[in-house]
Amino acid sequence: MTLTITTLYGLLGAALVGLGLYGLLVQPHPLRKILAFNVLGGGLFLVFGVVARRGAGAGFPADPVPQAFVITAIVVALAGTALAVAIMLRLFAETGQVTLRPEPPPSDNGKGDDS
Amino acid sequence: MSSVTAGPEGLLLVLAIFGPILGIPLMLVLGGRHAERIGLVLLPLGLGVAVAIAATVIRRGDALEYALGGWAPPLGVLLRADGLSVAMLLTTAIVIGAAGLYARSDFGVPRGAPEARAPLAFWALLLTVWAGLNAAFVASDLFTLFVALELLTFGAVPLVSLSGRAETLTAALRYLVFALLGSALFLLGVALLYGSYGTLDIALLAERVRVEPAAQVAAALMTVGLLAKTALFPLHIWLPAAHAGAPAAASAVLSGLVVKGSFVLIIRVWVDALPGVATPAAAQVLAALGAAAILVGSVLALRQARLKMLVAYSTVAQIGYLFLAFPLASATQIGTAAWTGGILQAVSHALAKASMFLAAGLIAKAIGHDRIADMGGIGRVLPTTLFAFGLAGFSLMGLPPSGGFVAKWLLLRAAIEGAQWWWALVILSGGILTGAYLFRVLSRALAQSGKTPALLGPVDRRGELLVLGLALLSVLVGLLPLAALSIVHIGRAL
Repeated sequence: MTLTITTLYGLLGAALVGLGLYGLLVQPHPLRKILAFNVLGGGLFLVFGVVARRGAGAGFPADPVPQAFVITAIVVALAGTALAVAIMLRLFAETGQVTLRPEPPPSDNGKGDDS
Repeated sequence: MSSVTAGPEGLLLVLAIFGPILGIPLMLVLGGRHAERIGLVLLPLGLGVAVAIAATVIRRGDALEYALGGWAPPLGVLLRADGLSVAMLLTTAIVIGAAGLYARSDFGVPRGAPEARAPLAFWALLLTVWAGLNAAFVASDLFTLFVALELLTFGAVPLVSLSGRAETLTAALRYLVFALLGSALFLLGVALLYGSYGTLDIALLAERVRVEPAAQVAAALMTVGLLAKTALFPLHIWLPAAHAGAPAAASAVLSGLVVKGSFVLIIRVWVDALPGVATPAAAQVLAALGAAAILVGSVLALRQARLKMLVAYSTVAQIGYLFLAFPLASATQIGTAAWTGGILQAVSHALAKASMFLAAGLIAKAIGHDRIADMGGIGRVLPTTLFAFGLAGFSLMGLPPSGGFVAKWLLLRAAIEGAQWWWALVILSGGILTGAYLFRVLSRALAQSGKTPALLGPVDRRGELLVLGLALLSVLVGLLPLAALSIVHIGRAL
């Protein structure tokens, strides 16, 4: 079996997805998690690109529908990243540190949290 | 493919999504002072749209469809409201409406006071969540569902950290990480399905899909991704922390509705788009997770010191019931009853839980804390709130007559008739545990001895009426005749 260009890109996409997934699950620092999410997203978009290439109609370089999906998905991923970074920066401004690792017990003082 | 209606009723589906969305730029332009006014106009309009969609679907006895721009699938985007959509659209409009009205006392801008950011943010996010939910309920292709789910997430995450305190920001960030992981897995499944079958339209996929590894891997990825967003055990750990510091109205929406959005998507994937791909063993695994959620969530709820956290862990448990429907529905004769039970559980839990979170908010506002241990005698000062809390609890426990009772009864009957008695044991023990943690609150609150707690201010009468209304609705759902409940199956191949 010869390694076609689409198979190669498909494998690359899968590898990126794996790397990103590993990072997202293992890295404790939120910024690393956000970066891992973007690596995972990059792999995903590559897989969509491969799908577009494989499904190309006669005379077309690629199927445009998955390409349209990728554009929307990139916008969504950008929005998610921006939101995550914004929350992270705000958290840093509030506490001077950013981590998700130590589970601070939910404040048990029971003060009116509904203000 | 059924015929596509391009009639005027179809535009209702467009309105359901774009009504709330159009309110957001209007709020941003006119500013926070008018955000509440715009919201209060949109709430009844949105409810009207949901009722009109429901009336149309019931009158036609078939799903309502609308192809955007007249482009039919596979190229165009089709909006489709079936019985499941109708039930969820109505529930959403009611709960969002109650949360919005309740929030007037928390996020109102008093006349003459300087404008604050919180009201604008709250109302804009509430409308975002509403639009996302409605889109998730009427979308009929997997990619539009993905976009709807993201809209929902991006609206729900900032609602958690509206107060801006450090612990709420951590909770929001953790929720967002789970949600992003979930959406990435879902999208990966979408890519695999498009690569294998060349379409994402749910009806076309159902025709083309074959039981093969690509479809099974896609289904597994999408399910895990959606479970992270639905907060099913063991992916529930973000949920209680998210509720701890969220405003009461936000908690009501988050617990009652947002997690149901991804639950509906799981039904769409398993039943509508990929019928037969999930094996009975997979359905048993899903229900086993649900059973674990019921037991673990209930036990953790029993141990909480704060009322709000108790209600939050109760959500973890009640979500578990939703997933018991999956193995029970695969046995064909009882399938319809199990689905009716599952969907009714989603509806009655949304109403009851919204009522309980708002009641917990009222209590915290009235006495300045929500420690269960120090709540002795609160029944004497807030009788209406506590009555509503108990009434909603009735529905959660599954006591007749209530929506929760009918839901759990249908599941129980399906479990026994389908010879899957072990799920019946879970349902029954879950009911007992629910009774135990609610008794812990009510026995404390209704204690006769001890001094009457001092109120910090006048009781929020409007809030009490809202809480009572939601609790009554969650009970009244159970009084509907079974024939009326079967509308959830309109336009669905069950």
